[in-house]
Amino acid sequence: MSPTIVLTVAIGGLVATGVYLLTSRHLTRVVLGVLVAGNGVNLLLIAAAGPAGRAPILDPDGEITLDTASTSSDPLPQALVLTAIVITFAVTAFLLAMAYRTSRIEGTKGDDVVRDTSPQGRSRGEAAPPGEAAEPGTAAAVGSPQEKAF
Amino acid sequence: MRVLLPLVVLLPVLGAALTLVLGSHPVAQRWVSVVVLSGVTATAAALLVSAASDGPQSVVLGAWPAGVGISLVVDRLSGLMLLTSSIVTLSVMLYSVGQGSTGDGERTPVSIYHPTFLTLSAGVSIAFLAGDLFNLYVGFEVLLVSSYVLLTLGGTAARVRAGMTYVVVSIVSSLLFLTGIGVVYAATGTVSMADLPGRLSGLPLAVAVGLQLVLLLAFGLKAAAFPLSGWLPDSYPTASAPVAAVFAGLLTKVGVYAIFRTQTVLFGGVSTPEVTTALVVVAVATMLVGILGAIAQNDLKRLLSFTLVSHIGYMLFGVALGSTAALGAAVFYAVHHILVQTALFLVVGLVERAAGTTSLRRLGGLGGAAPGIALLFLLPALNLAGIPPFSGFVGKLALLRAGADDGSTSAWVLIVAGVITSLLTLYAISRAWAATFWSGRATRQDPEVSPEAAAAHAHRVPPAMVAAAAGVVVVVTSLTLVAGPLLALADGAAADTLDVPGYTSTVGGLDIATADGGAENGSAENGAKTP
Repeated sequence: MSPTIVLTVAIGGLVATGVYLLTSRHLTRVVLGVLVAGNGVNLLLIAAAGPAGRAPILDPDGEITLDTASTSSDPLPQALVLTAIVITFAVTAFLLAMAYRTSRIEGTKGDDVVRDTSPQGRSRGEAAPPGEAAEPGTAAAVGSPQEKAF
Repeated sequence: MRVLLPLVVLLPVLGAALTLVLGSHPVAQRWVSVVVLSGVTATAAALLVSAASDGPQSVVLGAWPAGVGISLVVDRLSGLMLLTSSIVTLSVMLYSVGQGSTGDGERTPVSIYHPTFLTLSAGVSIAFLAGDLFNLYVGFEVLLVSSYVLLTLGGTAARVRAGMTYVVVSIVSSLLFLTGIGVVYAATGTVSMADLPGRLSGLPLAVAVGLQLVLLLAFGLKAAAFPLSGWLPDSYPTASAPVAAVFAGLLTKVGVYAIFRTQTVLFGGVSTPEVTTALVVVAVATMLVGILGAIAQNDLKRLLSFTLVSHIGYMLFGVALGSTAALGAAVFYAVHHILVQTALFLVVGLVERAAGTTSLRRLGGLGGAAPGIALLFLLPALNLAGIPPFSGFVGKLALLRAGADDGSTSAWVLIVAGVITSLLTLYAISRAWAATFWSGRATRQDPEVSPEAAAAHAHRVPPAMVAAAAGVVVVVTSLTLVAGPLLALADGAAADTLDVPGYTSTVGGLDIATADGGAENGSAENGAKTP
């Protein structure tokens, strides 16, 4: 199997861009990074299918064959990549919902930077409940339509 | 018995659909969840019995030929993990039902909880039964996406912040896994666990080891092995008690299960000393760094999360050694660990309910107010540390014995690290127990809370929650009574995973027959055999 150089470069570029974005503290960039890296990996699955351009399953004479080596494109990676695309889509939607939720909670601060988790010693278990009550938007959002979407 | 195989996936999925429809009827939702999970537990028990008596079995969904359709396989390892996980999901469901029925739950129950929980259970079942890498990936995704929802349930600031870390780390691990599947397919032309062992051992060694490392990296991230474990203690403690309990019990262990399969079925034929050494280093580091982290904690939930990470190292200990005895001990340890961590997190949920906090600085004197909870915490805590009569001791002893049998330098390093970790676990857990249940409240930061008030507070813990937690504690304690047979079963499970020809012929061979119309005959025969 020899993948085309175009696909290989595209996969490398997408994954590298995605990883770079993922290292950012800005949620928007993290979401974009997940999307870009996810697409890079999906492309890798397509590249694993071998040379492009022939119909899957049907060989040139129109006969149904599972002999993927010579006569037809390999249908399995296409099935796999479809599943993977659907999963990437769903996970991205969830991430966006969480990013939106974060912006609702952090609201007035005006940026989307992920803050450090609380250092140990100030445990979240004890500190969170009073803190949450004071956060703008939290109390209002509980029970709202956005809440149900979660 | 093969007809039962898809049931452990189908039942929770149908249950999830039904509970989703019943969203406005909380009582009906609870009944559906409990009935469905009981059904899954019964089915898993039947599958384990049949796998133990008749050997590994598989079924290809939709009666496709093997290699084309999606195959579900159960051997003793899958069956054992499936039964343990279904006991955990059932108990946690009972616990959360008990928690919700009082009306003053820590948060108002959200109608999405039951469907998501059942989907999580389905995902765990798919992962344990998967007969090919991609189906394993799908199982992982189903359980991970459910866990994203469960972790951020309620959408409070702390949970969304912790959830963001968890979700992004999980997505990265899934992308790594998917990359692994892509390159494995490119190299071998298959993702079926039946065909992979032969084709992988035919590859050049460097390529095979590269594939192995990509998969181990992805699974190590899911299992929270040391350098990849930082996400766990930050995310689990923010979840509600039942969610944290089911996560602690199951999610990392699905990763460990995947590592078992990778190291035995897939790459059993291409093992190299370098990879083994790397596994030994990771196992030692996971045990020691995890438990040192636990000692430094001042919050019960975070402390338990660190012990959870630390004890993953024991399972990697067994995997690194790779002998039947070592793998069997690791399987036993996994079963013990799933139950004991679930029990501890459930009891910490009771502590939180009784005292209103899990911070060791503010807890204290709870032993007088709630002696029952103190006992419920003590039993699994001593079990975790490996005090003799308990199953934790049996598991550790089996691991150490397998290490001594191995006799190599790395085995002795593992043994020393295992013993130190066990001692430090005892220290961490007894310090937590003393701070929670012994020391007087008067010396604490909350002087205005008198013991009487604390006692009155403690009575507000709903009996159903206590009963569910007690149920898990009883199960994990009674593992001691069945330790011998269970260890034998775990050894059998390890033998099953090492018996690659047996496994591949089950996944591949058996179902060639079903492709040409043997499906009905096959299940009829099996039905006649086990009426």
